[in-house]
Amino acid sequence: MRGTFVVIGLLMSILAQATPVNPVEMPNDTLKARYYDLIAELRCPQCLNTNLAGSDAMIAQNLRETVRRLLLEGKTDAEIRTFLFERYGDFILYDPRWTPQTWLLWGTPFLFAVLGLWIWFRINQRSYQGPKALDPEEQDKLKQLLDKG
Amino acid sequence: MIVELGHFCLVIACVLAGLQMVLPSVGLFRGNFLLINTGRSLASGVFLFTVLSFCALTYAFLTNDFSVAYVARNSNTLLPWQYQFSAVWGAHEGSFLLWTLVMSTWTLLVANFSKPLSDEFRARVLIVMAGLSVGFYLFLLLTSNPFERTLPFYPSEGADLNPLLQDFGLIVHPPLLYMGYVGLAVPFAFAIASLWSNQLDVSWARWSRPWTNAAWAFLTLGITLGSWWAYYELGWGGWWFWDAVENASFMPWLIATALIHSLAATEKRGVFKSWTVLLAVFGFSFSLLGAFLVRSGILTSVHAFAVDAERGQAILWFITIVIGGSLTLYSLRAWNLKSVVGFDKSGRENFILANNLLLTISAAVILVGTLYPLAYEALNDGAKISVGPPYFNAVFVPLMLPLLVLMAFSQRSQWAATDLRVLVYGQGRLLAGSTVLGFGVALLLGALDLWICGIATLAFWLTLNLGMELRRRVKGRQAPWRRLLKQPLAVWSMVIGHFGIAVVALGIVSAVMMSEETDLRMAPGDTATVGDLEVKFLGTEAVQGPNYLSDQGRLEVYRAGQLLAVLQPEKRRYLASQSIMTEADILVRFAGDIYVALGEPLSEGAWAVRIHIKPLVRLIWIGGVLIGLSGFLSLLDRRYRVRSVLREKEISERQGSETAYV
Amino acid sequence: MSKPSVLIPIVVFAALVALLGFGFRLSDPRLLPSENLGEPIPAFQLPNLLTGRLMTEADLTGEPFLLNVWATWCPSCVAEHDALTAIHTQYGVKIIGVNYNDDVDAARRWLEQLGDPYAFHVVDAEGTLAVDLGVYGAPETFVVNAEGTILYRHVGVVTEGVYQDTLATYLAQDSMGGS
Repeated sequence: MRGTFVVIGLLMSILAQATPVNPVEMPNDTLKARYYDLIAELRCPQCLNTNLAGSDAMIAQNLRETVRRLLLEGKTDAEIRTFLFERYGDFILYDPRWTPQTWLLWGTPFLFAVLGLWIWFRINQRSYQGPKALDPEEQDKLKQLLDKG
Repeated sequence: MIVELGHFCLVIACVLAGLQMVLPSVGLFRGNFLLINTGRSLASGVFLFTVLSFCALTYAFLTNDFSVAYVARNSNTLLPWQYQFSAVWGAHEGSFLLWTLVMSTWTLLVANFSKPLSDEFRARVLIVMAGLSVGFYLFLLLTSNPFERTLPFYPSEGADLNPLLQDFGLIVHPPLLYMGYVGLAVPFAFAIASLWSNQLDVSWARWSRPWTNAAWAFLTLGITLGSWWAYYELGWGGWWFWDAVENASFMPWLIATALIHSLAATEKRGVFKSWTVLLAVFGFSFSLLGAFLVRSGILTSVHAFAVDAERGQAILWFITIVIGGSLTLYSLRAWNLKSVVGFDKSGRENFILANNLLLTISAAVILVGTLYPLAYEALNDGAKISVGPPYFNAVFVPLMLPLLVLMAFSQRSQWAATDLRVLVYGQGRLLAGSTVLGFGVALLLGALDLWICGIATLAFWLTLNLGMELRRRVKGRQAPWRRLLKQPLAVWSMVIGHFGIAVVALGIVSAVMMSEETDLRMAPGDTATVGDLEVKFLGTEAVQGPNYLSDQGRLEVYRAGQLLAVLQPEKRRYLASQSIMTEADILVRFAGDIYVALGEPLSEGAWAVRIHIKPLVRLIWIGGVLIGLSGFLSLLDRRYRVRSVLREKEISERQGSETAYV
Repeated sequence: MSKPSVLIPIVVFAALVALLGFGFRLSDPRLLPSENLGEPIPAFQLPNLLTGRLMTEADLTGEPFLLNVWATWCPSCVAEHDALTAIHTQYGVKIIGVNYNDDVDAARRWLEQLGDPYAFHVVDAEGTLAVDLGVYGAPETFVVNAEGTILYRHVGVVTEGVYQDTLATYLAQDSMGGS
C-alpha cells in the first residue's frame, strides 16, 4: 500500500517540477498584493512542502484560481483562509491557527525566552565573592605541605 | 570487479574502524603504550580504504555502469561528466558514503594534528570517533549499500539525475555541508573523552577550539552555498523556506556558534564547563538529527531523500545509543564540572552567557516548529498541520534582535569585568553616530523603512565598536597601522566574523523589505516597468543542450533609456526524465539583482514572465562567506602554529650537536 | 549545577526520541485526512459529460455509490479503470465519475476506448467541485451513502483489494440504515 503511494507521489512530483510564474489580472494593486501574499502562505496539498505560488500541480493551479475568484468576490483574507481550511484542514495553512492544540506551538518560544531570562538572572545572582576560605581539613593539608617543604 | 573491490574496501574500513575502537581501549585498560597509539595509524588505514571505496563508486558513475543499482537510479549516459561525478552523492546511499569519507578525513586529521594532546587523551578522542565511524559503516553496509548490483538484468540507460541537481551547487554544497556536520563530531569526541577520562580541567576546551572553529566554518559555508544555490536555481527568487531539511542544517549551526564562544570562555576563564560540554554534545546531536530527518521520511521536504522507514529506525537507534550514552556519562560526571571562578555582570563571560542562551533557545524554538506537525498528528488522531515560514519568521526574528543588539557592543567587553565607561557610557555617542549613518544609508537606498533603518543602525554600531576595539589595541604605540595588521589572527577573525553577521542582516532586511516582484504575461515586443527599470521581452528561441532542449527567452533591461543587459532565462525539458525545469537568469548589480524567469507559454506566443529586483540580496551570501572565512582565519593563529618553547630548545640543541663539528 | 538539573538534558532527549520513534507509526506524511467525512456532497452545477445536461448534487442521491475523480492526463487512472470496471460488474456497485480539469473530447474518446462502467460523469473543468471535495490529486474515490453524505475517502488507485478491504465495508454500513 505504501509502495503504491510512493509511486503515485513520485509520478505527481515529476509533473510538479517547474516553479510556475503566476501572472494574474486584478482590477487594482491592493488585490494583486493580497493575491501574492495569500498564495505564498497557503500550502500545496499535493507537493513536498511548497506553497501555492511555487507549485505546478493541477490542484495548486485550481487553488490559485480559487483564491483569485474569492478575492474578486470581495472576500477578506480571513474568509479565504477559512474557506480553504474547511476543505483541506490545517494542512493548507502555513501560518498555524491559534487553537488550543497550537497554544504549545505559539507558546513555547515565549516560554523558552522567559526561561532563558530566568536562568540568566539566576546565574548572575551568584556573583563573584572572592576566593573561598579553606575548610579545617584543607587547612590541615596546607599546613602539612608547607611544613614538609 | 572494481565495484566489488570498492565494496570490499568499505568492509575493510569498517573492520579497521572497529579495531581502532577496540585496541586503544584495551591499551588504556592495560596501560599498554603500543596499543594506545594504534589509533593513530589505524586512522590512516580507515581513511585510505574509504577513499578507495569512494573512488570505486565514482568510477562506476563515470563509466556508466548501470549494473550498479545506485548508478542506474541516478545517472544517465547523456549526463555531463561533472554531474556524473557529483551524482555520486546525489541520493541517499552515495551521500552517506560521502558522509563516512568525511568522517574518516576528520579522524585522520585529528590523529595527525593533535601533538599537544597526551597520548591517552588523544586515544580516547579517536576511540569515540572510531565508535561513531563503526556505526556509520555498519549502517552503510547493512542497510544502504551503494554497490548493490541489479544483475542478472540491468538497464541500458539510467534514470538520470534530478535536473534540479544538475548544477554547480551539487558539486560543492554537500561536501562543504558534510565537512561541517561531521566535523562537529570532533568537539563532541573531545567532550566525551574529557568526561570519560575525568580530566575536566580546561585543556580539552583549549585543544578542541581549532577543530570546532573549522567545523563551524565549513557548516557556515555549506549553508550559505545552499541558500545561494536555491536562489538562482529554483526560479522563485527565494533563498530560505524554513523547510525541515534547511532547519536540520541551521540548528547545528546555531549550537555550534554558541559552542565556539562558550569554548573561548571555558578556555580563558574556566567558566561554563557544563554548558560547553552540553553544547558540544548537542551540536553533534543536531547533526545526527539532521541526518535522521533527511533520511527517515517522517517529515516531508523537497530536499529529503526517498527512503524507507527501516533505515530511519536504524538511524534513530544509533542516535539513541550515542547521545543517550553521552548524556548518561554527562549526568554521572557533571558534579565534577563546577566552575570555580565567577564573573562580574559587566564581564565578557556574561555576554557569552546571554549569547549561549539566545542561540540555544533559537535552536530549540526551530526544533519545536519543525517537529510540531509530528506531535500534533500523534496527539490529535491523525489530523495534519503545517508549520511554515510565517511561523518561523514570527518567532525567530524577535530572538535574533536582542542578539544583534548585544553583539553590537559586546566586543568592547573584557574578561571578568569591563570598565563601564567603555561598555555603557561610551556607547551613547557611537549609537548616535550609527543612527545617523543608518538612516543615511536607508535614504540612499531609497527606502526609509523602519526595519532597514534599524538594522542599518545596528550594523554601523557594530562596525564602529569593532573599530574602537581595534583602535584600543594599537592606540598610543608606534606605527599603529602596521601594528593593526600584525594583530593576532584571532582578533581579525573575530572582527571579520561579527562584521559578516552585520552584512548578512543588512542583506536579509533589504531583500525582504525592498524587493520588487512582478509576474506578467508578455508577448514578444512587450515592455514592462519594474521599479526604475524597463524590461523588453523579445520572444524565445529553441536551444539544444547536452541532455536537454530549451526555450531560451531574451529580455533586454533598460534604465533611463540605457541598455543595462540582455537576460536569457530558459525553460528546459530534460530528455531522459522528461521533466521540465526553469533556469532563471540573473543580472548581478550592486543596486540589486535583476532576476528573470520564464513561466508557461501562453497563447499567441506570449509567455508568463517573472521579473524581480532584489536590492542587496548578494550581501546575504557575501556575509556568509565572510563569516566562514573568519572561522578558517582563526585556525591560522600563532598559538596553534608555534611549537612549545621547550621543544624548540630541544630541537635546536639536538641540531646544534649534530652539526657542530662539521 | 545542582544534582536534579543535571538530568534535564537526558530527560528532554528521551522525550525527543520517543516522539521521533512514534513518528514512524503515523501515516504517510503526504496523506491528508479528508475534511468532508460525514458532510453532504458540496453543492454544484456542472454539465454531464455525455449528455451536456446540467446536474446538481441532488442528482447524486438515491442509492449509495462511489464517487471517482479521474482525468485523462492522470496515468494511474488508466490502471484504475480496469479495477473499477471489475468492481461494477462483479458487485453491482454504482460509480459516478468527476472528470477533473480535463478536455471533454479527450475524455469521451478515453471512455470509448476503455469502456464506461460509470453511471454518468460530471465535467469539473475548472476544478471547483474538486476543491470543494478537498481533492489533492487524481485519482481519488469517495464512498457516499443514499442521502448524499460522504462516508470515506480513498486517495490513489482503487484496486479490487482496496474495494474488498475498505470500500465495501463503508458501502455495506450504509445499507444497514446507519451512517
